[in-house]
Amino acid sequence: MSKITLTIDEQKIQVEEGMTVLEAAREVGIEIPTLCYHPDLALHGACRVCVVENLANNGLIASCVAPVEEGMEISTRSSRARRARSRNVILLLANHPNDCLGCDRNGTCELQNIAYSLGIRHETVEELAGEKRDLPLDNTGPALKRDPNKCILCGRCVRVCEEVQGVSALQFSKRGFDSIVTTAFDLPQSEINCANCGQCATVCPVGAITEISDIEQVWTALEDEEKHVVVQTAPAIQATIGEEFGLEPGTIVTGKLVAALRKLGFDRVFSTEFSADLTIMEEGYEFLDKIQQGKRLPHITSCCPGWVKFAEHNYADLLELVSTAKSPQQMFSTLSKTYYAEKSKLDPKNIFTVAIMPCTAKKFEKEREELRDSGYQDTDAVLTTRELARMIKEIGLNFNDLADEEFDELMGKSSGAATIFGTTGGVTEAALRTVKEKLTGEPLERLNLGLRGIKETVIEIGDLTINVAVASGLANAAKLLEEVRAGKSKYHFIEVMACPHGCVGGGGQPLPVDNEKKDMRAEGLGSIDQRKYVRKSHENPMIEKLYKEYLGDPLGGKSHHLLHTSYQKRDKN
Amino acid sequence: MDHSIYRSHVLICTGTGCVSSGAKNIKVKLEDELARFSLNKEIKIIETGCHGFCEKGPIMIVYPEGVFYCQLEEEDVVTIVEEHLLKGRIVDGLLYKEPLTEESIPAYQDIDFYKKQERIVLENCGKVNPESIGEYIGLGGYEAAGKALTTMTPLEVIETVKQSGLRGRGGGGFLTGLKWQFTHTAKGDKKYVICNADEGDPGAFMDRSILEGDPHRVIEGMIIAAYAIGADEGYVYVRAEYPLAISRLEKAIEDAEELELLGQDLFGSGFNFKLNIKKGAGAFVCGEETALMASIEGKRGMPRPRPPYPSVKGLWGKPTNINNVETYANVPFVIKEGAAAFAAIGTADSKGTKVFALTGKINNTGLVEVPMGITLREIIFDIGGGLTDGKEFKAVQIGGPSGGCITEENLDLPIDYDSLKSIGAMMGSGGMVVMDEKTCMVDVARFFLNFTQNESCGKCTPCREGTKRMLEILNRICEGEAREGDLELLEALAHHIKDTALCGLGQTAPNPVLSTLEYFREEYEAHINEQKCPAGVCNALASSYQIDQAVCVGCGMCVKVCPVDAISGKPKESYDIDAELCISCGACADKCPVDAISQG
Repeated sequence: MSKITLTIDEQKIQVEEGMTVLEAAREVGIEIPTLCYHPDLALHGACRVCVVENLANNGLIASCVAPVEEGMEISTRSSRARRARSRNVILLLANHPNDCLGCDRNGTCELQNIAYSLGIRHETVEELAGEKRDLPLDNTGPALKRDPNKCILCGRCVRVCEEVQGVSALQFSKRGFDSIVTTAFDLPQSEINCANCGQCATVCPVGAITEISDIEQVWTALEDEEKHVVVQTAPAIQATIGEEFGLEPGTIVTGKLVAALRKLGFDRVFSTEFSADLTIMEEGYEFLDKIQQGKRLPHITSCCPGWVKFAEHNYADLLELVSTAKSPQQMFSTLSKTYYAEKSKLDPKNIFTVAIMPCTAKKFEKEREELRDSGYQDTDAVLTTRELARMIKEIGLNFNDLADEEFDELMGKSSGAATIFGTTGGVTEAALRTVKEKLTGEPLERLNLGLRGIKETVIEIGDLTINVAVASGLANAAKLLEEVRAGKSKYHFIEVMACPHGCVGGGGQPLPVDNEKKDMRAEGLGSIDQRKYVRKSHENPMIEKLYKEYLGDPLGGKSHHLLHTSYQKRDKN
Repeated sequence: MDHSIYRSHVLICTGTGCVSSGAKNIKVKLEDELARFSLNKEIKIIETGCHGFCEKGPIMIVYPEGVFYCQLEEEDVVTIVEEHLLKGRIVDGLLYKEPLTEESIPAYQDIDFYKKQERIVLENCGKVNPESIGEYIGLGGYEAAGKALTTMTPLEVIETVKQSGLRGRGGGGFLTGLKWQFTHTAKGDKKYVICNADEGDPGAFMDRSILEGDPHRVIEGMIIAAYAIGADEGYVYVRAEYPLAISRLEKAIEDAEELELLGQDLFGSGFNFKLNIKKGAGAFVCGEETALMASIEGKRGMPRPRPPYPSVKGLWGKPTNINNVETYANVPFVIKEGAAAFAAIGTADSKGTKVFALTGKINNTGLVEVPMGITLREIIFDIGGGLTDGKEFKAVQIGGPSGGCITEENLDLPIDYDSLKSIGAMMGSGGMVVMDEKTCMVDVARFFLNFTQNESCGKCTPCREGTKRMLEILNRICEGEAREGDLELLEALAHHIKDTALCGLGQTAPNPVLSTLEYFREEYEAHINEQKCPAGVCNALASSYQIDQAVCVGCGMCVKVCPVDAISGKPKESYDIDAELCISCGACADKCPVDAISQG
């Protein structure tokens, strides 16, 4: 690649050919506001909020899509550039509800931030006042809601759903002022081929796509004296919730998280990592059984509810390959209302189970008819990382100053294997640690598969050679599944996480986010595994206790009844 | 193929214009009549494409005399058969008459409408049966393709097209040869040529008529382009609303394939070319090249930023050359007659001819092909026969919703790409809408902006949101509800959209507003400051009508047409209009036989 010389705001710089003007400007520390641009998605060039002036030809160009050219004289600050940027933001605001106080994204809204930093005032927007979109909200849920009136048509949701997830549940429709982002045939959210992964919500710059909140339900339960409220927190939360309180991505705040949950009034604070260890036991034995019995492979993981729903819509013919083990959230909730109820001598009908998840798909999962093995709806409420942070802020806790506390013991102990469930490849590594040791007595080396795209490795376990593939992002998963469907897959074990990077990149995680931040989160989470004393699921003493005192054997009758589930074919539309 | 010899050929125009004025019935009637006199072995009926003179349809030309009959009714056919075809007597009453002199003109080339035209692209339109490849070949068709593929290298073809000075006829006016060179040079294992036939400007029908009238010319142009750039596959992107163009193109492709003029090893040169048709669903924005390619790929027709240009990264990411119908239709002439012959026509920087669709308040609406450099006055008054009902000329909108209006002061400007640009208009694809004194220019701007707002793909903010706000301002102005500062805001928004919209559709959407503001600002001001529509078009601002009692003869015609029952009075005495009820529609004034009604 050759170098290009150009001037940006009177600074002469040399950059690689093929770079955009926006990238070049950022390289020398000049910030240009953007809305439709997202570093992890294809270039779009639609919002025109990043326009700058090329003084060499008096042209206004969208810096996010304009490649650098020799001799460009870019001004990001000329009055023409500033006016044009403002005017495009004003045009967006003139067709926006501007009811920031009633919006879930108040404070994290990119449009609000840009309007603030460009000094746009209500009066300037009013000058252009005219018709505004007035379309019904889609909160048919149960995971995500869409408010088309807030949508600024940046297309980030459309792109992430198509490019990263390969689902294309959302598309542009209609023309002119009537243009909207909508589902096929304007079907309600609850009736479409949507995995509920929430990646759309993580890239939406405004409050047009957000999770359906369970906060009120949780407050009600916490305030109800009859209810015994048990909370579980997913592995990824401890590495991400700090961002909501100004900490670097990947900062581990496990102890503060536990302390905050106690202060919120939860009766027991447990960890989903406990049931992640349990998942490994069940799924590990299931995989072993498949190998030993010569059953159909590959074995495909089932702990990600976004992936499971995607498979039900698109790969119903391959559902028999998907592990029947419930997800850690669901194993945990079932046991909360059975094992824990029994141990604590509580009536399960008074137990209210809350799951703190990095995920929006978990909200759909908890509603599944088949997940009621305790005799009640196993999981009562799911809060995303963002929702929990909102509750913590609401009671005025100074999160960063909280003294560390420990999880409650019975269902709070976990191994390092369980922690890494929160990143792509983690489930595989955790499962193989147990499988290899059970079969050969030898420990598994660290796999270090990396975080992006499809990863593969070969593991020798005794005289067995196991071909493993790990995919995060549903478009990647689909590639592996197409191979399986075509009978051309060489893999014995496939792990799928719907969200890129796995749960650290989940749809319920703090905003804004990009791949770089997700890398930092994953790194933080990995460091816990290395520090933990117990690093293999089968060595978790509380898991041993659970099997000994309650469940019997992995895959045994009781385990099968409480910890396994089944799947259903769903429409493709 | 029919090799019989006939004593007479009767050409009936079956372009969309003439079909809608009844050409199909004329043909059936003619067949019946010829059968009645047992003339069907002596006289052959040939369906042709558009003659261009759509105003006068249905049109029939009788050869060998070349007599031009127009505005035919079914019973006229009986007369023509009995008089002309049987007895050899030209039917004077059915000939074209000069509007001023009332003189009958038998031969169509003597009619003013045709006299000033110079036909390269439309050479065969109206002359050949577009569904007969034999007729096209008989008139020298596919000779250019043969010449290019067997005697020229691709670079020689490109050089010839460059030398000819041919510029893209779709609106931008980019040098065709240069565009081909870019695509030729671009690296790629596969390349495409695309013909943009997604003509969508209101009032424009050049491309449709060419495809309907002479589809092989376009195919031949595409073969030559494909050879020049090294493409082995092409698409014609044509809107599904053009069923006749599509069916004739399908037939033409089929026939060309049968004669191995499309397919493998054309002219034994080893060059292969496959041509496909892609029907567009009628989105105006799909005329924009990147949106058009997205549409061919099965995606929503939305433009993407350029660069990369299609010549580097086009259809399915491959180098692609896109030209419009008229551009390709010029290519056979350039190759066959040579660059110099083509460059001899036109002005210094705009060579050749241009096809225009003449519409609006003009006597001779239709399709014309004129040399570049002709003046608008010649087109409108000599070829177009001036304005209807003897009204005053006010402006002509050229370039459709992306163009601008031209007024009296520029009527003598020799028109080409650059001169039009210099006065705030553009060549566009060739739509030309003539407006008279009764046209409100604010309303015209509103019409075009409403069109572009409705057709905006909704992708970029300025076009989607900005044109909506402009339209709202124009609506307010036309309804007498303009706010303080609206005109300034309108102008500022127009410049803003021009500066920052993503694609050509958005960037040019404000042109009708900017150009009417430049030439008719006082009309805007009258709407805003005096609450008056000078042309009397904007209902909300029009004053009510009054009847001059001294002139009124009491015929009562006005009462019958008034849609709101605002007129009362006694027959044979006089009538009166209730100003409170009058909506100023003007229906009464149009109907009054004694011109007793006028606006107060």
